[in-house]
Amino acid sequence: MNAAMFSALAPILILSLTAIVLMTQASIKRDQSIASMITGVGFVLALFAAHYARDFAQPVTILLQVDHWSLFFTSLIIISSFVTLILSLETFSPEGERKEEYYLLLVLSVLGAVVLIQSSHMVSLLLGMELMGVALYAMIAFPEKGELPLEGAIKYLVLSACASAMLLYGFALIYAATGSLSYLGIGAGAAEAYVQNPMLIMAGTAMVLAGIGFKLSVAPFHMWTPDVYEGAPTPVTGFLATVSKGAVFVALTRFYIDGNLHQYSGLNTALVVLAIASMLIGNWLALRQENIKRLLAYSSIAHFGYLLIVLIALSYMDVQLVSQSITFYLTAYLVTTLAAFAVVSTIAGEDVKRQDISAFEGLFWYRPLEASALTVAMLSLAGIPLTAGFMAKFFVITVGIQSDLWVLLGVLVLGSAVGIYYYLRVIFAMSKSSQGGEQTANNLEKILAVALIVSVLLLGSWPQPFIAYAGGL
Amino acid sequence: MIMVNLIGILLIGGLLAMISERFGDTMPRKVAMAVVLIDLLYLLVCLSGMPEITQLQAPLANDPSTWLMHVKADWIPAFGISIELALDGISLLMVLLTLILGAIAISASWTDIVVRKGFFEANLLWSLAGVLGVFMALDLLLFFLFWEVMLIPMYFMIAIWGHENRGYAAMKFFIFTQASGLLMLISVLALVAINHSNTGVWSFSYFDLLNTQMAEQTAHWIMLGFFVAFVVKLPGFPFHTWLPDAHTQAPTAGSVILAGILLKTGAYGLIRFAVPLFPEAALNFSYPAMLLGAAGVVYGAVLAFGQTDFKRLIAYSSVSHMGFVLLGIYAWNELALQGAVMQMVAHGFSTAALFMIAGSLQERLHTRDMRQMSGLWQQMPRMGAVAMFFVVASLGLPGLGNFVAEFLVLLGLFQVNAWITVVAATGLITGAAYSLLLMQRSFQGEVNKKWADHGLIDFGSREMLTMAVMMIALIVLGIYPQPVLDAAHPVLQSLLELTTDPANTVAEVAR
Repeated sequence: MNAAMFSALAPILILSLTAIVLMTQASIKRDQSIASMITGVGFVLALFAAHYARDFAQPVTILLQVDHWSLFFTSLIIISSFVTLILSLETFSPEGERKEEYYLLLVLSVLGAVVLIQSSHMVSLLLGMELMGVALYAMIAFPEKGELPLEGAIKYLVLSACASAMLLYGFALIYAATGSLSYLGIGAGAAEAYVQNPMLIMAGTAMVLAGIGFKLSVAPFHMWTPDVYEGAPTPVTGFLATVSKGAVFVALTRFYIDGNLHQYSGLNTALVVLAIASMLIGNWLALRQENIKRLLAYSSIAHFGYLLIVLIALSYMDVQLVSQSITFYLTAYLVTTLAAFAVVSTIAGEDVKRQDISAFEGLFWYRPLEASALTVAMLSLAGIPLTAGFMAKFFVITVGIQSDLWVLLGVLVLGSAVGIYYYLRVIFAMSKSSQGGEQTANNLEKILAVALIVSVLLLGSWPQPFIAYAGGL
Repeated sequence: MIMVNLIGILLIGGLLAMISERFGDTMPRKVAMAVVLIDLLYLLVCLSGMPEITQLQAPLANDPSTWLMHVKADWIPAFGISIELALDGISLLMVLLTLILGAIAISASWTDIVVRKGFFEANLLWSLAGVLGVFMALDLLLFFLFWEVMLIPMYFMIAIWGHENRGYAAMKFFIFTQASGLLMLISVLALVAINHSNTGVWSFSYFDLLNTQMAEQTAHWIMLGFFVAFVVKLPGFPFHTWLPDAHTQAPTAGSVILAGILLKTGAYGLIRFAVPLFPEAALNFSYPAMLLGAAGVVYGAVLAFGQTDFKRLIAYSSVSHMGFVLLGIYAWNELALQGAVMQMVAHGFSTAALFMIAGSLQERLHTRDMRQMSGLWQQMPRMGAVAMFFVVASLGLPGLGNFVAEFLVLLGLFQVNAWITVVAATGLITGAAYSLLLMQRSFQGEVNKKWADHGLIDFGSREMLTMAVMMIALIVLGIYPQPVLDAAHPVLQSLLELTTDPANTVAEVAR
């Protein structure tokens, strides 16, 4: 390790330091506002660090790969976490209890996500995933009152543990087949290993895929999603939907590309099955949801189905457009989902009854700003032009066409058509007339919602700068 | 810039209309009316500086400089997507129709809308802006964008101000059109990808994508994507089921825009994109397409005959009339195409007027059920007379625009396929049947006692003025259709040239 390597690791180091400072602070004076302040400062510094580290992009030991692509996602994750932080302030403040640990967990989880994004080795992959996951269990269960958070946390914990076990077993099999744990090593030894013992490496990659598929909640590994989404405090749900899933997908992409996994047709077939199942099941089950968080849970299942199409296309085309598409899609998805959760958190809070779609009736007329924001978020998730979600879908379809993935595209059209129904249901509920409700809203959250919506619209209506940027990563 | 301004005036006007509600309850409709009239005036002023429309030369499909107007600016250069708008004779006709019917729709909403007037007029203006975009965009992605985005204000108009079953109707309308739009998006991207692999350049421009070389099978599938999207909007049988619901449930102004303008975007898309981009594939498909058209004519008429709901009857009659448009387009000769264009314009006026009458009845009687209407002529003679005029226009009385349109279509179609012409011609008879039935049930017969002492108010001067505009339009179209034919002629000429060789073979195959 030399100085340049430490500079490359700056975001990770800053986040670790923030965690230590938070722990120290808790032992000196327990105060929630100080803790949140430290977390916020830590995130901002980490963001600067991610920018600073761009000049030192390089592989750091065998474990981490710091390059522009991973640094872009590091920044994106940190920004998303900052949004989560702001939303958490409102959620966790009024009860007057000791909540400092929440911020520590948040920082640790972000740290795990960043490690995951930069991982180039199975050890760092597992380390990042576990660090992120273990902190998340506690964050989901953090409100000590109520059964839903506890139920969600336990479900997530037990199934997560299963998934990690699968993942580890898969690692072992891949190691047995190729003799390497680093992605590049696997990629180099893969062809030979496939000739010698195809079953071994197929079983290994399939198990890894299952483990990762669980974290991404692609069908058929999606069972936990709606309950956890509904049970977790809204900011945490937003965090889970964006930071956790985004980081895992970035890691999967890198593993897939560096490990040359796209050359196994069997694995590709498995991905096709996962993608189709996710698009159909996600959209289908979302139809009858009454709770907006459950609806968003199923919608996220469908969205990762769409995203898998891009990964599948890797077998048929060059990496450039594929990684550009993944970058755009993930960014669009993250911003849109955060916007949706920011609005839900503002208007519904933690009250399960107010998270019902029917509780949103008339929102347009008594809270026009929030209603417009949620409308744009829903339209973006549905993929209507001028929103980020449309450009994301544009990339998926372009990539799919160039790879001749017609069946997947057919399912995508079908899924999107079904999807329009439930996204519109939310908008329709808001446009109904009602006797009105209270006007109060946190100003900070309002500003946040507006900023996110503006980004969604900008990404959709003037995407050129970002496309150029993503293409150069 | 003129075209950008045309859209921009409507967009900003929508905002103004929304804000103006603060300054008075009746302000939004006045502002909206002013905005549309200013837009119309602006277009006419700009046109007066251009060559006489009847002396237009044929715009070359591959040379934008021969078009009436053309503007192009980069939007997403990474994929060759640009903001490219252009205007030729057909799009000019459609733009004029849009603006005139837009003003009529606002007049229709004058007293009809009682809540959230500002937001309503804003949505109305925005949907007009979207429609203008559809008629002028020649970058395929921009076209798709307008195509999809114009639906959102329309959705709100149905969902917020619609009648009793508005939620269902709005949802059905949106899902049908969006899902078919996705098919078109895939087709657009497939076409662009093929062009990219042929030339190595990303481009969504119409002018670049014409004459894209591709395998016959591929062209067939891509063409089908466009075809389905446009036929859903048209709507053609069997994709018409959204229409009766949406038209019936929409507020009057919404129905006017839907029937008068939005349906025409489907027909326009077929003429502008579906056929010229894939001449061979589209014309190989012309036989099934014409069958669908003929089926639409007959099926729409039969269903219209069975309706008891005033608006639903008109909605089904639209399906029947749009069948003629489909027939005219896929017969693909000058006569039939002229008929199709004429039908787009004439049907726009006649149906808009009928929907306005339906709206006025609903406003006065609070029902659309024709079984509860009878002898209304005696109480509202002016409305009755006006209704009579538009009913006979709709059934194709010689001397009015609709007759010219349908006659031209049948004439052109006969050269291609006599049997389909025979089937389609029955649409004229059934059309007379359901149109007169509509008249008899509602305006003639004994006076229904229920309304006898209701003090029904006849059409006032605002309504009569609006109706007069449409009456004059239909009479002019019927007696002296030449200007419309002249405007469309050069465009159709160049389109026909573009697709010359395949057209001949199709005519032979169909025979």
